[in-house]
Amino acid sequence: MLRYVIKKLLSLAVSLTVASVVIFLALEVVPGDPAASMLGVNAQEDTLAALREELGLNRGPLARYGDWVGGMLVGDFGTSYTYRTPVSEMIADRIWISLPLALLALSLSTLIAIPAGIWAASRRGSGVDLGVMGVTQLGVAIPNFWFAMLMVLVFAINLRWFSAGGFVGWEAGFWPAIHSLTLPAIALALPQASILTRVMRSALLDTLGEDFIRTARAKGLSRAQALWRHALRNALIPVLTIIGLQFSFLIAGAIIIENVFFLPGLGRLVFQSISARDLIVVESVVMLLVCAVIVVNFIVDITYAIVDPRLRRAR
Amino acid sequence: MTLLRIDRLSMDVQGLPILREVSLGVDAGRILGVIGESGSGKSMTALSVMQLLPSGARCSGRITLAGQEVLTLSETALCKMRGRDVGMVFQEPMTALNPLKTIGAQVAETILIHERVSRGEAMQRAAEALARAELPQDRFPMSRYPHELSGGQRQRVVIAMAIALRPRLLIADEPTTALDVTTQAEILKLLKRLVAEDGMACMLISHDLAVVADMADDIVIMRDGEVVENGPADRLLTDLQHPYSKALLAASSHVPDRSAEPREASLLSVRDVVRDYATPRTGWWGRAGTFRAVDGVSFDIRRGESLGLVGESGCGKSTLTRAILGLEEVQAGTIELNGQPVFTGHRPNRAVRRHMQVVFQDPYGSFNPRHRVDRLVSEPFHLLDDAPQGSARSDAIAQALESVGLSADDGRKFVHEFSGGQRQRIAIARALIIRPELIILDEAVSALDVQVRAQILDLLAELGDSLGLTYLFISHDLSVVRSITDRVLVMQAGQIVEQGVTQDVFDAPRHTYTQQLVRAAPRLTVAPERIAR
Amino acid sequence: MTLRAGITVLAQGRSLLPGAALTLLFAGAAVLSLLWTPYDITELDIANKIQSPSAAHPLGTDHFGRDILSMIMVGARTSIAVALVAVGIGMGLGVPLGLAAAARKGSLLDEVIMRGNDLVFAFPSLLIAIMITAVFGASAVNAIIAIGIFNIPVFARLTRSGALSLWTRDYVLAARVAGKNAARISVEHILPNVTNLLIVQGTIQFSLGILAEAGLSYVGLGAQPPIPSWGRMLADSQTMISLAPHMAIFPGMAILLTVLGLNLMGDGLRDLLDPRLRRTGR
Repeated sequence: MLRYVIKKLLSLAVSLTVASVVIFLALEVVPGDPAASMLGVNAQEDTLAALREELGLNRGPLARYGDWVGGMLVGDFGTSYTYRTPVSEMIADRIWISLPLALLALSLSTLIAIPAGIWAASRRGSGVDLGVMGVTQLGVAIPNFWFAMLMVLVFAINLRWFSAGGFVGWEAGFWPAIHSLTLPAIALALPQASILTRVMRSALLDTLGEDFIRTARAKGLSRAQALWRHALRNALIPVLTIIGLQFSFLIAGAIIIENVFFLPGLGRLVFQSISARDLIVVESVVMLLVCAVIVVNFIVDITYAIVDPRLRRAR
Repeated sequence: MTLLRIDRLSMDVQGLPILREVSLGVDAGRILGVIGESGSGKSMTALSVMQLLPSGARCSGRITLAGQEVLTLSETALCKMRGRDVGMVFQEPMTALNPLKTIGAQVAETILIHERVSRGEAMQRAAEALARAELPQDRFPMSRYPHELSGGQRQRVVIAMAIALRPRLLIADEPTTALDVTTQAEILKLLKRLVAEDGMACMLISHDLAVVADMADDIVIMRDGEVVENGPADRLLTDLQHPYSKALLAASSHVPDRSAEPREASLLSVRDVVRDYATPRTGWWGRAGTFRAVDGVSFDIRRGESLGLVGESGCGKSTLTRAILGLEEVQAGTIELNGQPVFTGHRPNRAVRRHMQVVFQDPYGSFNPRHRVDRLVSEPFHLLDDAPQGSARSDAIAQALESVGLSADDGRKFVHEFSGGQRQRIAIARALIIRPELIILDEAVSALDVQVRAQILDLLAELGDSLGLTYLFISHDLSVVRSITDRVLVMQAGQIVEQGVTQDVFDAPRHTYTQQLVRAAPRLTVAPERIAR
Repeated sequence: MTLRAGITVLAQGRSLLPGAALTLLFAGAAVLSLLWTPYDITELDIANKIQSPSAAHPLGTDHFGRDILSMIMVGARTSIAVALVAVGIGMGLGVPLGLAAAARKGSLLDEVIMRGNDLVFAFPSLLIAIMITAVFGASAVNAIIAIGIFNIPVFARLTRSGALSLWTRDYVLAARVAGKNAARISVEHILPNVTNLLIVQGTIQFSLGILAEAGLSYVGLGAQPPIPSWGRMLADSQTMISLAPHMAIFPGMAILLTVLGLNLMGDGLRDLLDPRLRRTGR
């Protein structure tokens, strides 16, 4: 088990390193002169030179990469060119909206999908199964930001149960904050829950067709007992994989949904930085988000080993 | 009294008839052998007793277990019956156990489901059941997971699960088909002992007449969902009535006629061949180890000879086959055909390869389903520098197909239009088309039903005679090797432990491993001359 | 069609025809828009702005008085083109990579391809689009590249896993005995037997591409004005959603129905092309 964890930790480190190289290359090396792409084509040569000096662009890419990564390791993400404030502070302000939103959506989708998938699989072919599959088919096809707009129309504008956007802030208390994140979280969770429900159902049906389920039935277990005691844990393995993959869609979805609800999170920060051509902020926020995806997938890998004894004996 | 009585049982699945008026019975303490080829309904009969049938199945007739009518039982009552009154052992031990639970927990579950006992007591009794199935606690602790056990050991866990509550009936559905012959012998012995100790009735289902003949007190022969013959084993096998059972018995011990005599000249010469595989690193800084799959093997095949190669799974026969075919390079030693090496300078030698072809075991996986038979059969032309084109090509294809008893028109068909036996004929046609000298038959008849197997063996013998072919016949089935080879090699753990004239090796094995193999191989006790009547 | 029959179509495999019909409807609208649209969408008609659906404008007009039906027809062109080219990029690069990785299983090449794939999975297409836009500015080409890059590992993985199971088949061994090399076997024996998988996955990635394109153009990272796109139309409608809900509803319906049609068609194709291939969720 320890070997397995250490092996996965090593590959986590490799992934993070390669990802940082890719991001650095894409944003600082490919454009040629980052200063020119930040200031636009009409910039004066002396302004450009000043910016290069300020950002340390006159040094070689290797040194700049070293500074960037070294800084991030100690929590220094550089200074925003447009706002003249440390990027780490800007991120710290906004992450307390984006992170709770993602976690809320992830828990919501898992809490809906796993029971729904089990329910549909245990009554395969019944009205329940058809209903669940029909709803999820729609849920998979619906664009989450449009669903968010429709919810705003119904629940915020017409029914006035929620506000149409914005965030009250955690200072306003836990429940009011959660209340203002509810619609965004539902919008994010619905398509993911639909996908996960379908995966849960089909993984469970596949497992129920395995030989060891027949063995369990021959021991005298009822259909339901065989499902709960033997099929479920085996079916969770593919479901875990999908949860890990979904996190990356969730991050992307959150960036868009923050726009629908005017939530001042990391997504809004990225778009403001793009229109201000503030590459420093874009670079660091993208790195942070990619890092989150990689770490979540590392956690999923560790969970595999807890569920599946075959993996614990690391080779 | 009769413990299990099946009376005029018919069963259909979504309107498709599977069983027709099957009647049979087993007494306590006796073993009933149920024999049939694939699709005969033997497994479905067993599953009917358990009422674990595919969805949409409908049964009529009567199944009585210890006086209790099974077909009218509620699902709850059936769950109480399964595992407590009837235990079942399945064919495929590799997939029959839940990979995520320990073997102890899985055996204990049988007890916990049916009796109100503490977990500790259930584990205690599970340990006893495992010990009875010859998995003692000191060597196989209950905390093991299935993936840490071999196939034979897993089958013992399944047996322990089935007998934990000392059921009155044990159903074993092809319990040893997936196992090696020595393991098969051990498992059969174990089953026989358990039946005797507990006074259980046992229903042993098998396609292998020899397995059943060794074990059973009574025998039922099934075909197409019907019982064609039944009775006490000793009487039945010597005095079969039904033409089908006679044909089955004849095919089981069929010996094809071969007339060609091998010549002295050596065709294939294998000298001191070693094949190592890298194994994953062990320990933190450990180096990658090597596993020696073939360890200093030397032998010759004479022109026109049929040479057998027997051994159990993992003994290195497949690796050796690949090396001979020039698919993988060996680490040491030489392999030469007609004095030419199959590998020259790290590259396979095409000029040598075109004199060898191969027929594989699986008649379903041997062909690309998207190609027509003519394209499949002509694939080895790729080895020729001047492969025939146009009408010469179609003539060659037609000739190859006709030589294996198919017609030239079959070339336009896809392979899914053929039965297993016909596919094996196509595989032989593919091997013949470039007129090779050596054909390697890698378990080529192992997946076939006995009657089809007998036909394919006849075809091979006939082609060997008429075309002067040399065969390397690889099989785990000693009776097949005995019937078609001149000489035999016995392989164990990468080495040839014994070789000689087939008859001599099997009648008077010298090496202990060969003795073990020959003893373990189930044999029909009925003399062939008695079947010939 | 009763409700239950509708649900049955959604839930089960009898979905090829309705799925194909929906897909064809939108593909047809896109093609038709090249020749004819009810109104010219480049002309602004401020007098008739924000009109609810009527006989003259069946889906109403937007804040510039443009006909929404015509906009949706032209928008279909953008969505379908972006998603289709992105699938092409994914297949064109992913399939050869997957075949190569499977042919050299366990080698350094395989390791590099698979680790590379894992890495790309950490970059959702939105993040790729953000990076490209930050450097080069927004355009429809960005969207194509961003979605296309994300499709590569999807096809590479699928091809590799399909190919790996085929490499263990005896017919591949037979081809090796016939002296064929790995590249030739990959083309002759492996590729034709993974095409079913690829077609099914292709329709799924196509539908995901439509969704991704809509998302990107909604946040302004996709097609730029004056090229109409469904995501942009939704972005434009957002501030007037209480005033003119039709502006938000119809483009969204267009996305939903196209994606639904493609997904239904994918499910249907899966059952049709290979009944043994069990439906696995998505």
